[in-house]
Amino acid sequence: MTAVAIRTQNLTRTFETVRAVDGISFEVPPGIVFGFLGPNGSGKTTTIRLLLGLLEPTSGSAEVLGFSTATQSDAIRQRCGALLEHTGLYERMTAEDNLEFYGRVWHLSPAERQQRIHELLAAVGLWDRRKEPVGNWSRGMKQKLAVARAMLHRPQVLFLDEPTAGLDPLAAVALRDELATIVRQQGITVFLTTHNLTEAEKLCQQVAVIRQGQLMMIGSPDELRLRQGGSRLEIVGRGFTEAALSVLRQQPQVKEVTHQDQHITITLQDEADTAPLVPLLVAQGVQIDEVRRGKASLEEVFLTLMEEDKHVD
Amino acid sequence: MLTDIFILIWKEWKEVFLQRSSGRMGLLSLLIFVGMFGIFFPLQSGVEWLTTPVSMAIAMWMPIFLVLGLVTDAFAGERERHTLETLLASRLSDTAILFGKIGAGVAYGFTFALVTLIVGAITINIAFPAGGFKFYAPALFFGGLAFSLLACLLVASLGVLVSLRSPTARVAYQKLSIVMLVIVLLPTLLLPLLPENTRLSLQLALQNANWNTIILVAALVLIGAVVILIAAARARFQRAKLILD
Repeated sequence: MTAVAIRTQNLTRTFETVRAVDGISFEVPPGIVFGFLGPNGSGKTTTIRLLLGLLEPTSGSAEVLGFSTATQSDAIRQRCGALLEHTGLYERMTAEDNLEFYGRVWHLSPAERQQRIHELLAAVGLWDRRKEPVGNWSRGMKQKLAVARAMLHRPQVLFLDEPTAGLDPLAAVALRDELATIVRQQGITVFLTTHNLTEAEKLCQQVAVIRQGQLMMIGSPDELRLRQGGSRLEIVGRGFTEAALSVLRQQPQVKEVTHQDQHITITLQDEADTAPLVPLLVAQGVQIDEVRRGKASLEEVFLTLMEEDKHVD
Repeated sequence: MLTDIFILIWKEWKEVFLQRSSGRMGLLSLLIFVGMFGIFFPLQSGVEWLTTPVSMAIAMWMPIFLVLGLVTDAFAGERERHTLETLLASRLSDTAILFGKIGAGVAYGFTFALVTLIVGAITINIAFPAGGFKFYAPALFFGGLAFSLLACLLVASLGVLVSLRSPTARVAYQKLSIVMLVIVLLPTLLLPLLPENTRLSLQLALQNANWNTIILVAALVLIGAVVILIAAARARFQRAKLILD
């Protein structure tokens, strides 16, 4: 296996007047789930298409498993699996026939196909329904089947374009859990685009944030949270007077204080010592019920990034 | 490569038969087709069915309508049902996908032509028994099959080309139907417009013509047209274009 599963250098794709992907450069190490986050229309799907060699870049370059997307796209597609914007399932055919077709496409032997179809359909809980045409299935079931199809030939890299989009929360959680289990078992590299931050937080070891085709940030979810939001302290209690909050805001380790009902959130400077803050509030007459130290959620980081970019615009 | 083409043919056939078996008329329409050209017409014609070029002309024309429905769905249908991008993201090469689509149409039409001809021969032997088993003259039979194959190839490659350029299967079918209508009707409409002496000299030329030469020229024209259409479809088949369309 190559040291880097995916590498892009100034990858750019323009459609007439729109720059869908704008000079993005990043590397994805093998064996991780890499989240590619961005709002709708930010260039996520175009990036996947570029990486699979389905579209040619306007400028820049990309490599998947060491193969150039410009000149060796066949070799890339040979080794990758993909669940794209649509499930791509043949709805008149049964679940088993859909997998049978793609099993043949990837030249799996009949015995291997049989074993793999059983293994994957059982893993996503669809084995008992394998003889049914998929046209009448729910979106969640179709998505699960499409994930199974994408993994059928044991790809080295799996591209998943918003796999839980359009699913109800229960179906999304179920699919996410099954995806996590399967990915852990198979040990493959996953390139996952999503605008679901909880999904990214739970599944991804590394994430990149893209907006209007430009890469805003890249790192592990923890790194992103620290870099963008820093750590924070949440205090639940009574008696948060303006005077008490004002004293709090003057402390050097405090970046920002927000007050809502019976709790305050203190955004801290890096490496801040929080120990003196609680006695300080008590001295100001605040009755404290609960103190929680935490970090900004990925969702907050994401929203902050989007907001910052809006202000720049 | 051949394996990949056969895999795609398998999928296309599976889809078309599932589509037919789920419809109201379903597979019955195919049986009616075989019944009409394999039983009804031979019974009307009698023993002559095995010697007349009409049976071979039918074998050449009949599958065209079957191929038409299948090939217009080839790319436009996949695009419409959102399955095209996943197919293009697979390991299948451009050539395998293109020839798989054309091959599915050709195999479908040609198989029905062959089955209909064989059913026709069986019908004649059952309805008009005399001596041993009678069959078509080899030259007529193989010549008819060869032209049937060429006709299927022509329609399949034209259909795939139209399908590549159409947003939906319905639009592709409409476009191709118009093209076929023009090909069939144009000579019928233009012939009466020709001057009287031109028509007479044409008639005379046909009467005195060497049919072997005409058949050979027709075959070469068909092969040439098929080669041009496949080349055009090959040039049109670009993954990026298909996805962005």
